[in-house]
Amino acid sequence: MAKVKLEVPELQPYLEIPAVTPGVMAHSRPFVAKPEHQEPLGFPGVLVDDWQEKAIDKMGDLLGRYRSLRVYLDACVKCGSCTDKCHYYIGTGDPKNMPVARQDLLRKVYRRYFTLAGKYFPKLVGAEDLTQEVLDDWYSYFHQCSQCRRCSVFCPYGIDTAEISMAAREIMDHIGVGQKYCNEIIAKVYKIGNNLGLPGPALRDTLEGLEEDVFDDTGVKVRYPIDVVGADILLVTPSADFFAEPHVDGLIGYGKVFHEAGVSWTLSTIASEAANFGMFIGSYENMRRISQRIREAAIALKVKRIVFGECGHAWRVAYSFLNTLAGPWDFLDPNYPVPQHICEFTNDLIQRGKLNLDKSQNDDMVLTFHDSCNVARASRMGPDPGGQFDIPRAVIKAVCNNFHDMDEDTIRERTFCCGGGGGLLTDDLMELRVKGALPRMTALNNVIQEKGVTHMAAICAICKSQFTKVLPYYGMEMEQIVSVHQLVSNAIILTPGEDDDLDEDDDESEDDED
Amino acid sequence: MSFLTLVYASLFYFATLVLLAGLANKILQYARTPAPLKIPTTPAPVTQSGVIFRLAREVVLFESLFKGNKWTWIFGWIFHFGLLLVTLRHLRYFMDPVWLPIQLIQPFGIYGGMAMVVGLAGLWSRRFLVDRVRYITGPSDHLILALLIGIGLTGLGMSFVIHVDVISVKQFFLGLMRFHIQPLPADPLLLLHMLLVVILMIVFPFSKLLHAPGLFFSPSRNQVDNPREQRHLAPWAKRFEQ
Repeated sequence: MAKVKLEVPELQPYLEIPAVTPGVMAHSRPFVAKPEHQEPLGFPGVLVDDWQEKAIDKMGDLLGRYRSLRVYLDACVKCGSCTDKCHYYIGTGDPKNMPVARQDLLRKVYRRYFTLAGKYFPKLVGAEDLTQEVLDDWYSYFHQCSQCRRCSVFCPYGIDTAEISMAAREIMDHIGVGQKYCNEIIAKVYKIGNNLGLPGPALRDTLEGLEEDVFDDTGVKVRYPIDVVGADILLVTPSADFFAEPHVDGLIGYGKVFHEAGVSWTLSTIASEAANFGMFIGSYENMRRISQRIREAAIALKVKRIVFGECGHAWRVAYSFLNTLAGPWDFLDPNYPVPQHICEFTNDLIQRGKLNLDKSQNDDMVLTFHDSCNVARASRMGPDPGGQFDIPRAVIKAVCNNFHDMDEDTIRERTFCCGGGGGLLTDDLMELRVKGALPRMTALNNVIQEKGVTHMAAICAICKSQFTKVLPYYGMEMEQIVSVHQLVSNAIILTPGEDDDLDEDDDESEDDED
Repeated sequence: MSFLTLVYASLFYFATLVLLAGLANKILQYARTPAPLKIPTTPAPVTQSGVIFRLAREVVLFESLFKGNKWTWIFGWIFHFGLLLVTLRHLRYFMDPVWLPIQLIQPFGIYGGMAMVVGLAGLWSRRFLVDRVRYITGPSDHLILALLIGIGLTGLGMSFVIHVDVISVKQFFLGLMRFHIQPLPADPLLLLHMLLVVILMIVFPFSKLLHAPGLFFSPSRNQVDNPREQRHLAPWAKRFEQ
């Protein structure tokens, strides 16, 4: 794929916080959603006539529905703690990419219409009318936030810009100004079932192909089943896992892990997508509707457990919101958390010594790990706080010999976003994505130089897609980003099944259920 | 009773009413607004007591600010801790007899006043010296800093430069509390100090000073990280359940 021509920042050993340069990213705007992207989500197709009034009404509605929004719009003291924390500010120097300034784009309108100070002393408290210029700024800068929540870690009041940008996007959607990439994808989920628009037969084909590939590689028949009624586990994974590199290597890994665990599992054509872009546009209703497909699939397939594949925001929605949006899950086996992350599943097997692993299979790589923001700062794995950092690392260390973490200030809850999260993984935002990746690229480059790291593992489909695209801009190879379960897949020594010696044709009729 | 005493007594009654009613209104509003989704910034405590401990660390140590910016943290903490000491010291004007802990804290209250001014000066200088902080600073941010520094300086002025008749001041406040108004000494520095405090009380519920109650209502800080164990459903979201 051709690289878009743009000025790529040069990597330095240390991140420099740029000087404030107003307006340098004002031109960065994603394509606007057309009526066919808007209407299936329940939004007007084009900008409505009385849009100012409608926007203020919607803001009032959201203020009554979300405590986060109300408190966060009031509580900021402009202390500046967040100003140098956003990867988009660090990469661009545009002050409206400082979390506090981004929030202020919404806050100034809130003050004007919803506070006494803003009604009577607008200049004093920075309150402004909702004008076309303000709306333009909203569209530009609320689509330059990947909702990664890094700012909320450093805010003395926990103000989370993700909540503000979600609200702003929800308001814009309600007046007919949506963002094409997110809304088109959600419409596709409603129509076909997943973000990529892969229909059932294509999924089946892909999975059969995977079974053949794995059999050719290993001589072991590993199943990649779909729509198997009565399976124990429903696996919900991002649709990128069905075909893109390196995602699909992760999917191969999940299958091998399930094979070794001896459990029956299945994918679902209804729930053939773990991602939930309803979160990116801040729409509870859409997020709920997308989540409900997983409930439908779980009921139809009569499964006992739900496991999620490698996807950052999907895991946030699954871990934090699935119980709220699509629960209660009392029909599942209460012995397992609902849902479980594939890393939790694999780690449990490793801890219990159930996996036969040959670490040396990954000796051609020296690895580091990229904590995906939604996993790191908005979810958990395992029973203890911080399990989301420790469990993926435990899995990686169990399957490879060479691992080095990046700089402490750039991992765990301080991790930097890949630059493509929050519904920004679209070619029309390429400049922003490349510049926003600067902090992560700097940290990666440093461990490459100092520790000889060759590959970076991630557990998020968006991170993997973003890095595949962005690494070449920084003079690295797109193959340097790998799935965690790709590493597991390489190291796992498969146990041959009883039927593996038989001719392939003989067991086509075998039942998948154990 | 002098006109001045009457004006100040009315001002204090009015300011107290605005402060209490304004804050109560805001706190009720925060409390009544649902938090439909679990959004703690993780890693987060998995128990209620863990959450209380997390909030306590934020209130007492400014833990997140410490992670964010050491200069802002040190000046911010010095200012707030100084303010706490000063406030405790001032309690003697509102009680008779004065409780022992308040008696003991009196000398430290003076240092608190100095710390308050030093912290505020540091915070204010950041608003000029750091281009990012300068960019986000508005007139109201300067005014609140000016107001607080003004309160601190006039207060210290009465301790070190022009002494006032504190016995009468105490009688004025005790009188206010008992609705039996006593004369206030017409000392310019005292009057200025008290006027600034009145303004602060009135401004509080309408300004960024709402960060004080806001912290306790911040879902990213006050939520227990247990969404898999407990279903969390906002009242307005229940209508989707049909």
